[in-house]
Amino acid sequence: MHESFWQKILKFYLPLALFIIFLLFPFYWMFNTSLKPMKELYNLKLNPFYIHSPTLANVKTLLFETIFFRWMFNTFFVAILSTAISLSTSLLAAYAIQRLKFKTSGPTGLIIFFGYLIPPTILFIPLATIIFDLKLWDSLWSLVFVYPTFLIPFCTWLLMGYFKSIPKEMEECAMIDGASRLRVFWRIIIPLCLPGIFSAGIFAFTLSWNEFLYALVFISTTESKTAPIGLVTELVRGDVYHWGPLMTGALFASVPVALVYSFFVEHYVAGLTGALKE
Amino acid sequence: MQATIEKRGWLREKFSDLMENRHFLGFLLVAPAEAILLIFLAYPFVLGLWLGFTDTLVGRKGDFIGFANYASLLKDSTFWMVTYNTFLYTIVAVIFKAALGFALAIVLNRDFKAKGLVRAIILLPWIIPTALSAIVFWWLYDSTFSAISWTLIKAGLLHHKIDFLGDPTNARISLIVANVWRGIPFFTIGLLAGLQTIDPTLYEAAAIDGAGSWKRFRRITLPIILPLMAVITTFSTIWTFGDFQLVWVITKGGPANATHLFGTLSFQRAIPGGHFGEGAAISNFILPILVACVLISFKYLRRED
Amino acid sequence: MAQVTLENVSKHYVSKQSTEVVAVKDFNLKIEDKEFVVFVGPSGCGKTTTLRMIAGLEEITQGKIYIGDRLINRIPAKDRDIAMVFQNYALYPHMTVYDNLAFSLEMRKLSKEEIQHRVREAADLLEISELLQRKPKQLSGGQRQRVAVGRTIVRKPQVFLFDEPLSNLDAKLRVQMRGELKKLHERLASTIIYVTHDQVEAMTMGDRIVVMKDGLIQQVGKPLDLYFHPVNKFVAGFIGSPTMNFVEARLITSHQKLYVEADGMKLLVPEEKARYLQGFVNQKVVLGLRPQDLPKASSPVEGETFKALVEIIEPIGNEIYLDVKAGRDSLIASVDPKTKVTPHEEILLQANLENIHLFDIESEMALL
Repeated sequence: MHESFWQKILKFYLPLALFIIFLLFPFYWMFNTSLKPMKELYNLKLNPFYIHSPTLANVKTLLFETIFFRWMFNTFFVAILSTAISLSTSLLAAYAIQRLKFKTSGPTGLIIFFGYLIPPTILFIPLATIIFDLKLWDSLWSLVFVYPTFLIPFCTWLLMGYFKSIPKEMEECAMIDGASRLRVFWRIIIPLCLPGIFSAGIFAFTLSWNEFLYALVFISTTESKTAPIGLVTELVRGDVYHWGPLMTGALFASVPVALVYSFFVEHYVAGLTGALKE
Repeated sequence: MQATIEKRGWLREKFSDLMENRHFLGFLLVAPAEAILLIFLAYPFVLGLWLGFTDTLVGRKGDFIGFANYASLLKDSTFWMVTYNTFLYTIVAVIFKAALGFALAIVLNRDFKAKGLVRAIILLPWIIPTALSAIVFWWLYDSTFSAISWTLIKAGLLHHKIDFLGDPTNARISLIVANVWRGIPFFTIGLLAGLQTIDPTLYEAAAIDGAGSWKRFRRITLPIILPLMAVITTFSTIWTFGDFQLVWVITKGGPANATHLFGTLSFQRAIPGGHFGEGAAISNFILPILVACVLISFKYLRRED
Repeated sequence: MAQVTLENVSKHYVSKQSTEVVAVKDFNLKIEDKEFVVFVGPSGCGKTTTLRMIAGLEEITQGKIYIGDRLINRIPAKDRDIAMVFQNYALYPHMTVYDNLAFSLEMRKLSKEEIQHRVREAADLLEISELLQRKPKQLSGGQRQRVAVGRTIVRKPQVFLFDEPLSNLDAKLRVQMRGELKKLHERLASTIIYVTHDQVEAMTMGDRIVVMKDGLIQQVGKPLDLYFHPVNKFVAGFIGSPTMNFVEARLITSHQKLYVEADGMKLLVPEEKARYLQGFVNQKVVLGLRPQDLPKASSPVEGETFKALVEIIEPIGNEIYLDVKAGRDSLIASVDPKTKVTPHEEILLQANLENIHLFDIESEMALL
């Protein structure tokens, strides 16, 4: 089906350009604002799309007058630990449900899957009471234990899809070769699933960074806050919005996720589409 | 001595037999995941239902008060406005996300250079933590310094600045736009994957049979993509309905509660307000939609099988 | 001793549509030590399920299976001392050929030297020694198949199980591998149980063949026994290529002689066979004639020859297949390649009366 030059412009280049501008503009704006000095930000006479006198003052404010680094560390801490917990438990669960097909494995799988659909807004109040009773209130550990509730369902789902693609014969052959079920899991299944495990891990990492409500409710001390919470709550003092540092903070806090994503985007997309295909 | 060695050997054999039994091993391997989900997901879920029937305050155990919370909510005009707004927000946003997401998927459904790069760029709004992009929209929607107002005025299309967040209708539109911005990539990437599984020879056969591109779209593309679209839309619906971050960061539910969702109202009443029971009752209004979405997606997932 | 005995073995399971399916019913067989037994039959006949029950990959619903004197029903696959070649070879893609071969030995905790010795021995036997450091995706189909076989050899098991190992190879390679597997059997002198849907493989390789249909054993016997003395119409039609011709006929007597009469022919039943058929006179039967038993006749002989109209001529090279019509019945005759025939010609075919087969029209059991 041939396309003329103008058809191509109309059907592809133009819509694509419009979408890309729409989707990327806010990022440009984040970048733009962080480099502008406060005077320029509030000067209504200037064209806001240019940076007339770029400055690193916002960066300085963010890094040295707030505990931004601490917040970033907290966010990493929670993300890495909750990802580790979720990946390991999901791996075992996905294998059990998909391969071992034990009694009630069907319903168990479904329940885990539907756990992903429950929004945190339903759970945060009862969870608050539980976290309080467990004496984890105002501690990052509360997040480490609660985040797996939405990470595990997704990771399990994704890994189940990966396991499906490994032919049953390979495991049967290994069993006949003399490997116990656990050995088969360790020596055959996991090496073949590394891309899937990777995808799941990356997804979990980005999902963890994206969480907001639980972090807002369970943590109150400034030093213990995660980056998104810290930025939104601490950079607005009284009625004054410190837009410069705020944007810089938003930009910097986006970097780890964007970096991880950019290195592993193929895996990420594969993970997302793989899960949806399920 | 001999007896203990034999016993140990017997025990070890019994243990390894158990580990071979797929039922036992299965239960064992699922246990850690199930434990976490049971304690931090299932139990809170049920507890939340219970809390809605109590008058629990923060730090104080509550008493069972039956439907009192729900009754007072149903008499609360703010609550009705929030109900209206949540449905409005969800329906409008999901429609736009689906339509625009699908449109972009169709645009991208072809071979071109830098395909990978474009796909990666498209996903960025979805990847970046919502709160952080919310901050940007917050600034873009500032009533005094908005770049959007500036552009429109400079272009002569407007004569005074837009009060994005101070006027109820504008505020709702602004939030919907931000939500749509964030949600398009999810639809696009999911639907694109679906579109790419459609055998191109189907289109070729249809073209030979005389079908124009609109006909081909309607009779081949749409029916095949429908189940996937249903699943993605269901997910998006429940997440949008239960949204929190975007609204709380940008408007905190204002102006005058015009942009509150169930989630943000519940938070406001429970955390700064301290009324856990009431907050839980509000959150529980999300449940019917959750159940409906679960059932619909379940039906379509089964059909995929 | 590596005999394999199956006693009343059955396999039931519940299908996805929640119906009860009987995959294997009352399977009884005694396989001798060092015997090469082939399970053959159409798809779904239960041959693979039976093999998998012997392997320990399927639970045995009813019955007992012994390897030697050991009852293995409850023994897990890894402890049964069997080795299996899968249809898709199931090579571990992330390991080299060497590691693939060594895996089972590692599982059994053999010493490194012993492992090396056995792997090299097997690799030499199968001529894959230069491939030891490669990964499966770098190998051709035939090479992968050899590695799959190699994995079983290093184990030195009591019983070898093969699940349609040649079906993924192209025709030429298949013929070559058939010969090699047979030679291997002689070298290894072990018990082999081999599953295939291809009756040529079964006939050429097996010491004994087990023909299965719908979960039941139809007949067990040496290849030529099955060929010349099939016990029912199914086995008669399954073994032998091209398929045996089946014609509806009737047994009649004429002048104190027994004839089998079909629409286009009247054949004399030889004395020795007629003796057993007295009770079936005037009954409808199914007459079976192998294509190879229908050469072209030069002159008519009463009770032996019949007229046939040639419809299609298919020269194979070493034979000619003639699609003919005798009365209302269509037949295939396999004749000498030098036979002179033209299309639409009416010729005479001569039935080899010693090799006619008769089957009861309802039970399909052989009457002879």
